[in-house]
Amino acid sequence: SLAGLGNFVQDVLWCFSQVKGTIDIGVAEADIISTVEFNHTGELLATGDKGGRVVIFQREQESKNQPHRRGEYNVYSTFQSHEPEFDYLKSLEIEEKINKIRWLPQQNAAYFLLSTNDKTVKLWKVSERDKRPEGYNLKDEDGRLRDPSMITMLRVPVLRPMDLMVEATPRRVFANAHTYHINSISVNSDYETYMSADDLRINLWNFEITNQSFNIVDIKPANMEELTEVITAAEFHPHHCNTFVYSSSKGTIRLCDMRTSALCDRHAKFFEEPEDPSNRSFFSEIISSISDVKFSHSGRYIMTRDYLTVKVWDLNMENRPIETYQVHDYLRSKLCSLYENDCIFDKFECVWNGSDSVIMTGSYNNFFRMFDRNTKRDVTLEASRENSKPRAILKPRKVCVGGKRRKDEISVDSLDFSKKILHTAWHPAENIIAVAATNNLYIFQDKVN
Amino acid sequence: MFVRGLKRKCFDGEEDIEGTLAGIKAIPSYNLQRQSLLDMSLVKLQLCHMLVEPNLCRSVLIANTVRQIQEEMTQDGTWQMINTQSTGQASLDRLVSTDILCRSSREQAEGKHVPGCSTFNKDFEGDQAQDNSETMSTVSSAQAPRNLQSNVWEMENPQENKGNFQKSLDQIFETLENKSPNSVEDLFSEVDNSYYDLDTMLTGMMSNTKMGHCDGLETFSSPTTTASNSNCKSDLNELDHIVEILVES
Repeated sequence: SLAGLGNFVQDVLWCFSQVKGTIDIGVAEADIISTVEFNHTGELLATGDKGGRVVIFQREQESKNQPHRRGEYNVYSTFQSHEPEFDYLKSLEIEEKINKIRWLPQQNAAYFLLSTNDKTVKLWKVSERDKRPEGYNLKDEDGRLRDPSMITMLRVPVLRPMDLMVEATPRRVFANAHTYHINSISVNSDYETYMSADDLRINLWNFEITNQSFNIVDIKPANMEELTEVITAAEFHPHHCNTFVYSSSKGTIRLCDMRTSALCDRHAKFFEEPEDPSNRSFFSEIISSISDVKFSHSGRYIMTRDYLTVKVWDLNMENRPIETYQVHDYLRSKLCSLYENDCIFDKFECVWNGSDSVIMTGSYNNFFRMFDRNTKRDVTLEASRENSKPRAILKPRKVCVGGKRRKDEISVDSLDFSKKILHTAWHPAENIIAVAATNNLYIFQDKVN
Repeated sequence: MFVRGLKRKCFDGEEDIEGTLAGIKAIPSYNLQRQSLLDMSLVKLQLCHMLVEPNLCRSVLIANTVRQIQEEMTQDGTWQMINTQSTGQASLDRLVSTDILCRSSREQAEGKHVPGCSTFNKDFEGDQAQDNSETMSTVSSAQAPRNLQSNVWEMENPQENKGNFQKSLDQIFETLENKSPNSVEDLFSEVDNSYYDLDTMLTGMMSNTKMGHCDGLETFSSPTTTASNSNCKSDLNELDHIVEILVES
């Protein structure tokens, strides 16, 4: 029965499926997950961490014998994508943390993804090897060269089966093009180019060319003293290869058309919600800073995340969003403390489901929120080890904002601000979500009847 | 950074404070809270000088907040008062509950009392009393594990201690007021080091490239290159300056 699950009926019941990562009390900083991304079919799920590693999970084939174990994700490949570097010119370390991973659409048997840290983007090829050649003429089985004078006959090497090996190789390294920290990468729908965005500039790359890129946005002022706004995120339109958007720390979104000019400093559209003067405080600008921007799969809408809300914008209406969802408005009275402990600068991401009908984003205390755009219902769920029994249904959570706290509610002052869900991903076609909680990756699925 | 959920501590008379006259007197004034926010912001900007390049977005947002406060203080005349006041203790000791600042201007006009934030800070100050050394690491949470010896800010001012903190704040106020090369610009100018391939530059190839990027995709037309060239030129001037220094040495 649904009693006890809250005052509203959910269309989807989310269940725990899997969790990856250790339960150690002390979390190694290198293990903190910094990005999560499904590939275009949902067969693969990639994570990047602060230690510069990429772990790829593959969904196992569904088995008719165990229909309720609907395609679990198991480790497919692990590799070190980026290493820490030292910039001798500036005497500063370059972190190996993986900021973003983006998959390329699959065009052959191999998988390709882009991974980036603050300065360098890399194209990785992940491929399987299940055969190896045997019977070379010039070298023996151990690879040692044979003495040519001892060879009396020629043979054709044959391919023999071997244990499946998944290897990841760096195919391209796109370096030395960003003075500032890369925050976004986005593959173009032409599958030939991609963009990388840092705080002040956006560059366009061709996958085949690593020693040059084309600068398409540059907001660096001539005098750095005048710098008041930075680029926070950027993405290509899913279908129109000439169109992209980028968001700023002042809460604005610019849509640019690369056909109009080479340097897209003039936007084609400018999205900004007018400020409510009665709501103004010293923290207004900081909480309006956009931490993530995502096109809907349809390409008709964009979604933005700022500190307290998620907004959906119609590309045809620039003067205000068409929908605004409150993620954790109870934090509005805590902004000074959140400024003090730097939490106000946390960059939460947001994602669409496959049909663009539900949006999801993270919060604190390992809570994450989903908003149904059609029914206007929302739910708060928690990623925690306590709710980690197989196929256990997640119970909606509620934060008490004052007055009497009910039994299952948690008060604002009890929230754990070190447990933040910044990165989530939604399977492109099914109700399967991946939620990164510090060093653990949770996978939830909807209930199978 | 709070590792665990923050639990309310039971201070004596805490429940009595809210809503009583004595309680209202105990809540710091708006000016004091604004000052505290300004001090906190300046500390945050200073602590940006770490081993890893500072987060530019965060720095810009904090600097904008400092400017906002300064503008407001200039408008209501309190800005002049700061320079004439006698030096006090380090700003961190003066951090007070800033719950009024959390309210929107509308709420302030209504005189709404928002108890939540002051409780939050009270607990924080309770922790602060227990362990002062944690305060600094709370503010620079990400860098807390690092050896404070390697804190560039401290290295730049080896004699800095809490007593001298007010002096450096005064310097920052002066420069903000004079709008001459100020700490904010210094902060950004550190980040502004255009990196160049010096070899490429010294062999005279820089005139054909834009800061290491090539406008090599010829399908794009030229009209906008003038904008990019002007950026290139100012960077080239900086580069000439650097080369001069290198060559002379």
